[in-house]
Amino acid sequence: MKKEMFEPFNSSDNNFEQCVKCTICTVYCPVLEVNPDYPGPKQSGPDGERLRLKDQNFYDESLKLCLNCKRCEVACPHGVKIGDIIQLARIKYSKKKPKVRDMILANTDIVGTMASTFAPIVNPIVALKPVRLMMDGVLKIDHHRIFPKYAGMRFETWYRRYAASKQNDFKKHVSYFHGCYVNYNFPKQGKDLVKIMNAAGYGVHLLEKEKCCGVALISNGLINQATKQAKHNVEAFKKSIVDKNMPVISTSSTCIFTIRDEYPHLLGVKNDEIRNESELATRFLFRLIDSGKLTLVFKKDYKKRIAYHTPCHMEKLGWSIYSTALLKMIPGIDFVSLESRCCGIAGTYGFKKENYKTSQGVGKPLFDQIESSDVDFAATDCETCKWQIEMSTTKKVEHPISILAEALDVEATVKLWQK
Amino acid sequence: MNKNISKEYDVIIIGGGATGAGTARDCAMRGLSVLLVERHDFATGATGRNHGLLHSGARYAVTDHESAAECIKENMILRRIANHCVEENDGLFITLPEDDISFQSQFVDACKSAGIGTEILDPDFARRIEPSVNPDLIGAVKVPDGSVDPFRLTMSNALDARIHGAVLLTQHEVTGVVKEQNRVIGVVLFNHERKEKVKYYAKIIVNAGGIWGHHIADLAGVNINMFPAKGSLLIFGHRVNKMVLNRCRKPANADILVPGDTICLIGTTSERIPYDQIDNMFVSRKDVDVLIREGVKLSPALTATRILRAYAGVRPLVAADNDPSGRSISRGIVLLDHQERDGLSGFITITGGKLMTYRLMAEEATDLICKKLSVDKQCETAEKSLPGAEKSEHPLSIATEKVYTGANISQKSAKDRHGTLAKNISNGDDYEDSLVCECEGVSIAEVKYAINELHVNNLIDLRRRTRVGMGTCQGELCACRAAALLCESSEKSGKAKDDLANFLQERWKGMLPITWGEGINEIQFTSWIYEGIYGLKPDNN
Ligand SMILES: Cc1cc2nc3c(=O)[nH]c(=O)nc-3n(C[C@H](O)[C@H](O)[C@H](O)COP(=O)(O)OP(=O)(O)OC[C@H]3O[C@@H](n4cnc5c(N)ncnc54)[C@H](O)[C@@H]3O)c2cc1C
Ligand code: SF4
Ligand code: SF4
Repeated sequence: MKKEMFEPFNSSDNNFEQCVKCTICTVYCPVLEVNPDYPGPKQSGPDGERLRLKDQNFYDESLKLCLNCKRCEVACPHGVKIGDIIQLARIKYSKKKPKVRDMILANTDIVGTMASTFAPIVNPIVALKPVRLMMDGVLKIDHHRIFPKYAGMRFETWYRRYAASKQNDFKKHVSYFHGCYVNYNFPKQGKDLVKIMNAAGYGVHLLEKEKCCGVALISNGLINQATKQAKHNVEAFKKSIVDKNMPVISTSSTCIFTIRDEYPHLLGVKNDEIRNESELATRFLFRLIDSGKLTLVFKKDYKKRIAYHTPCHMEKLGWSIYSTALLKMIPGIDFVSLESRCCGIAGTYGFKKENYKTSQGVGKPLFDQIESSDVDFAATDCETCKWQIEMSTTKKVEHPISILAEALDVEATVKLWQK
Repeated sequence: MNKNISKEYDVIIIGGGATGAGTARDCAMRGLSVLLVERHDFATGATGRNHGLLHSGARYAVTDHESAAECIKENMILRRIANHCVEENDGLFITLPEDDISFQSQFVDACKSAGIGTEILDPDFARRIEPSVNPDLIGAVKVPDGSVDPFRLTMSNALDARIHGAVLLTQHEVTGVVKEQNRVIGVVLFNHERKEKVKYYAKIIVNAGGIWGHHIADLAGVNINMFPAKGSLLIFGHRVNKMVLNRCRKPANADILVPGDTICLIGTTSERIPYDQIDNMFVSRKDVDVLIREGVKLSPALTATRILRAYAGVRPLVAADNDPSGRSISRGIVLLDHQERDGLSGFITITGGKLMTYRLMAEEATDLICKKLSVDKQCETAEKSLPGAEKSEHPLSIATEKVYTGANISQKSAKDRHGTLAKNISNGDDYEDSLVCECEGVSIAEVKYAINELHVNNLIDLRRRTRVGMGTCQGELCACRAAALLCESSEKSGKAKDDLANFLQERWKGMLPITWGEGINEIQFTSWIYEGIYGLKPDNN
């Protein structure tokens, strides 16, 4: 009771007052397009914030329908942090406690640790129909959903066993924030990164105990835990960036977006000292190449037709240009541009039964484009977009780094700088 | 003068401010036949241009014991009978380093003797319960201040008067007073809608014309010495504070920040103006400067908060009869029996006072009327709730129970505005629930209800009933939607364009003194919509 009394409910950073009610954001919201129950970014964001400051009972649980895709923010001509306002309102006002299901979905690393230890058992179980129906009925995880498979050997284990010892042979060094997905579900992506960076003359190191970036904790309302992990990560980043002068790169657009923007905006965790040196692997590589410090040589016989999907957080970061430019450098690539649209999964959002319809509705135009584009596979920087597209289309999805790794002529590339 | 209406009322009340509407209600509840006449719309005088502070009386405790005692009594009554017009926010009287902290104990003692409950708070505690307060404060006293919505309050009184048989005429201006020897027997009215003159008769005519009462008395041939005092205020874009913030010192300029509905208000300045300027409510740059400078001392967050509008009103202050120079001005209630004072029977004036004390003013006036008419009925306005404020079997929370719904906003807003009367607003239908005014959450259904039930003649009236156009966008998105609905339901659609232009012009007037920053972007955008897209031209006004 006492605690509630002291909650400063009427303090707000005034950014929402920059809104001039032009309603442009509303046109760009992918949820509003398919689900009329959602009040939309303008109403949930700046308009709603003003009402909530009058009386917090104006908070409406429909704000949970927001994907936090931030496409509204990209569209807003007045720089209103609409998505942040909505997420903060959920953090501040939601009285609904996260469910067991939300905890399971949110704790990607703990569940990942358990699952990858028992991967051979977990994978068949999660794939079995009765189990999936049980998850649907009891946990309200939609039964159409296929969980990403858990790999037998974690990326971290592989790295320590097979890669770590060679990294000090290089003159230049970076740290790699691999994220949960690479660690538990898809170590290959991490291996591909090590391959490319090594080929480019960089040693790759792990952070001192990275923790999950916490994006799923935030969207499921587990804020205290998210804040704890954020603080831990910022410290770990500092040790690399400030103490050892080693930038941190990542292959996950969502992790890096969360660390750069959501930490300070939503969790109030300061990251000024590390923000500039924390970036996406594709951006890091592009900038090396663009400034003449690196040349990549590609295999002559690599020929693929691919379509690049811009994840929402890449749209917000404004960084998809780096990934696409890298891909276009590969001579054998026939590149298809897709209209930038949300795929609808938004992390754990699409896994929840109540969101399934909205999620697939949002993604449909994208799926149709991919299906009709006649590509060998699609490419994207975000792991959840990958699941969603693979679940909803007949195409496989690869990470740009994996495509580069596949197309790269390692020996020829190394020769260029080893002389 | 082409019309003579033979019906004679018991009372005609001139002025549709809180005082007039309250008097109409009281008279009607005591069984009198009542006609209320107002030249524009309800609450267009000082009632619609004040600070909306539900005084606890603390502000007057040290300087004016009688007003303070009146305030706290009426404060408690209004919480009961008008709970949908009142927000029980409480207030803080803060002492800043530049103020004399010894004033605090004098203040607390004075409050005690007026019957106002106080609680001295540790500055640290004050900062925690009111995070927007100036963190430099060295002292704080909590008092039972609140906020009152003058539009709702006046309208509820008018509605209840109508329920008890009163006839209400807006757009009817008194242009003459009909006398028979030393007796006032009726009024001459100009109907602004139809552009024609009418006469009505009554046994007693009540002058509740606020500051304009001076002129009305003139028409009756008696003299009241009014001293108009202009006060300016600024409206901020959202609610910065949840408690009323005052300075703990002798009352001065711009030292109260009142939260009200979605916004907060800093005020007021105080400036004597000549009587011929009372309809010229211009807010000067100097006023704006003073308001901002003093306001940020109460709450530094105001520096970063958008200002929506500036406006001014005139306090109806009356000079004591024995001092025509106006040096000793009464802030209390002034009830004049012109029979006793001037030998003119059938005419009384009720003025002075405050919005806060409108009910008491109405009671005193009605007591005098009843005495004159030999009607023996007790006043019940302190016990009987206003329409909308009745205790309902359905608690407010019901409106917010639906989980996924945009309609939540309009339904909750409507409850906040109309109290239990919100049940008359249809909901649950997607079309009717959709918003006309997005900033303030006014639905199509609410607009229709207001047009049909709440005496609306034009868009500006509609704004006073519903808050359409009072939000951040100041009519940018809602004005045209509301105009369309008004057009649909009234036969005078030819006038719609002018009405729309008037509405926007009136919004613009309030924005003019504070046009900078985001405000100017928004105004530009509004003008693109209305001039560019809808082809509204300056000569529509
Ligand atoms: C800046 C300011 C701040 C204030 N703050 C507060 C506050 O915080 N709390 C508080 O309690 N009080 C406050 N007051 C005082 C309060 O507003 C007034 O005392 C109160 O509203 C007076 O109400 P009224 O009905 O007597 O007068 P008004 O509201 O002025 O009503 C008079 C009505 O008569 C009508 N009229 C005039 N001439 C004619 C005619 N010829 N024919 C027909 N109708 C006519 C007018 O249109 C008007 O509607 C404030 C006043 C000002 C100016
Ligand atoms: S973040 Fe995405 S889903 Fe949420 S309001 Fe903005 S555009 Fe809509
Ligand atoms: S796009 Fe930006 S300025 Fe326009 S309505 Fe949305 S939040 Fe407001």
